[in-house]
Amino acid sequence: MTVSLEVAGLVVDLPGRDGPVRVVDEVSFDIAPATTVGLIGESGSGKTMTANAVIDLLPDGARTGGALRWQGEDLLQVSASRRRRVRGHEIAMIFQDPLAALNPTQTVGRQVGEILRRAGRPSDEVRRRVLELLDRTGIPEPATRSRNYPHEFSGGMRQRAMIALALAGSPALLLADEPTTALDVTVQARILRLLRDIQEDEGLAMLLVSHDLRVVNHVAHQVVVMYAGRVAERGPTAALLSKPAHPYTRALVDSVPAVRTRTALAHPLPGTPATPANRPSGCAFHPRCPIARELCRTEQPAVREVGAGRWTACHFAEELVG
Amino acid sequence: MLEVRDLDVSFGRARRRFKAVDGVSLTVGPDETLGLVGESGSGKTTVARVVVGLVKPDSGDVLFDGKPLGPVGRRPASLQRAVQMVFQDPRSSLNPRMTVSAVIDEAWRTHPESAPTGDRTAGLHQLLDDVGLDATVARHRAGELSGGQCQRVSIARALAVKPRLLVCDEAVSALDVSVQSQILRLLVDLQQRHHLSMLFISHDLGVVHQIADRIAVMRRGVLVEEGVATDVLSDPQHEYTRSLLDAALELTKES
Ligand SMILES: Nc1ncnc2c1ncn2[C@@H]1O[C@H](COP(=O)(O)OP(=O)(O)OP(=O)(O)O)[C@@H](O)[C@H]1O
Ligand SMILES: Nc1ncnc2c1ncn2[C@@H]1O[C@H](COP(=O)(O)OP(=O)(O)OP(=O)(O)O)[C@@H](O)[C@H]1O
Ligand code: SF4
Ligand SMILES: [Mg+2]
Ligand SMILES: [Mg+2]
Repeated sequence: MTVSLEVAGLVVDLPGRDGPVRVVDEVSFDIAPATTVGLIGESGSGKTMTANAVIDLLPDGARTGGALRWQGEDLLQVSASRRRRVRGHEIAMIFQDPLAALNPTQTVGRQVGEILRRAGRPSDEVRRRVLELLDRTGIPEPATRSRNYPHEFSGGMRQRAMIALALAGSPALLLADEPTTALDVTVQARILRLLRDIQEDEGLAMLLVSHDLRVVNHVAHQVVVMYAGRVAERGPTAALLSKPAHPYTRALVDSVPAVRTRTALAHPLPGTPATPANRPSGCAFHPRCPIARELCRTEQPAVREVGAGRWTACHFAEELVG
Repeated sequence: MLEVRDLDVSFGRARRRFKAVDGVSLTVGPDETLGLVGESGSGKTTVARVVVGLVKPDSGDVLFDGKPLGPVGRRPASLQRAVQMVFQDPRSSLNPRMTVSAVIDEAWRTHPESAPTGDRTAGLHQLLDDVGLDATVARHRAGELSGGQCQRVSIARALAVKPRLLVCDEAVSALDVSVQSQILRLLVDLQQRHHLSMLFISHDLGVVHQIADRIAVMRRGVLVEEGVATDVLSDPQHEYTRSLLDAALELTKES
């Protein structure tokens, strides 16, 4: 199997008031060309920081460890000028909060075309490409709308502008951080189709960070589940979501409401979610885990293989997958 | 309790002027949750911003307990406090340099009658715990939080002043589904114990189905369908609502 991105033992430490805090801890997974890896997990578990590490946009003072092999080259080792060259052109990102990521003082059209203009493309070509991208992402009347400022767009239109901006440089890897949360389901379907078409035509690899398990189930080939900075489990989508090998994944799957019938609200997990600064001993999930034992309190489970392509960090995964 | 009548809102000037909301009427009764769903760009956020007084409508009435709400600047403090909103882009609705505890303190300073009478720190920690945040988060600046952590701080800020009407604009969309159901439980609980009404905007039809009593569907500035939640989502009448349900994905679980 060819790999376009190999995340190998990625570590991210951020500066904190009481010393560095490890927000990403030994995370490993691969993304093959023309495939999508879904990255799901607890809010605050390090999904965005993992993606930010790949595109070199970590907060000031961050320290990294491990390796990020991009087509054979370790992005954590290459020169700053090479990293800048990769960003936007080879690897692009759709940011989680479009309003915060877009420039409020520039029109949407200008921002979407920025990368092409900087690459020295003629202005009529830039304009044509911008309108095409806005149209393909479902912005009505692209010619008029491209002259709007971000605050004149609705939340979902901003999100689509963000997607158009990321696609403008024809990247080989797209890091999509919650790309469809502000979209109604018909627009969502259109965007997912667009991304799949680009994937098929151009071999686009994609990291899809999402809390929407239905979307992940629909488009991802592989899924990685994170909890408290670490990989809880990973494996092929259908197997992982239908028969989780980690109790946290089980809890997530059980909490997804149905659309056409009314689902009772899921029972919350006991306790509060872990934070990197306040990480429980042993397995970080143990205070909330329905099947935790004594061992879980003291021993941090290593990520181990429990079946075809399935990896889990749970001492007792066999009880779930049999 | 909340009554919106014949609301019209337009943006832009002269030839570029267009109607974002066109003759929308809706009501949210005491202890009731109205789910507002629909097309992206159809005017849901605009309706919400009129209700909290941040956008001035061209025409129409917005009444709360029968009294006109008016723009936020001219609203009496008690009404400002009674109607709170959780915004769609949580990160940009918080000052990145402010600590979480300062964000909540500011809300309590603005509406002192809602501040805890005893120990403020205990009150703060309780509030954070309610929205699924660890007490250590209090010392963090908003800029150092994940998307979902920001969103929970926004929810905590809105709930801190004990509103009577909570306007939620995609208020749980940045949360993992486990935290999401914890927050929804909290809201339902507040509704039952403290008479909270909600206008709940979301693209997640599953979540809306769980929490809404009634649902209103918008498309292109117009309300196209309204009814009891389970009726609208199991037997939609309008063609647009049907197309929404056709496009909605389900997670088929192992039985
Ligand atoms: N600039 C920062 N400085 C210090 N800590 C940060 C900073 N940004 C995020 N963090 C912390 O790093 C951890 C991981 O954050 P990250 O944004 O990667 O979470 P996430 O998995 O994307 O969560 P969500 O689903 O809520 O977006 C969080 O606990 C957060 O508080
Ligand atoms: N301040 C503004 N200036 C100009 N146009 C605006 C402004 N705010 C909203 N609009 C326009 O009004 C329409 C309705 O926007 P609104 O944000 O209410 O939609 P929405 O239903 O909340 O959509 P979404 O689901 O994407 O968040 C859109 O066409 C939007 O571009
Ligand atoms: S290792 Fe123990 S606490 Fe952790 S998930 Fe498995 S059973 Fe639960
Ligand atoms: Mg995130
Ligand atoms: Mg909106």
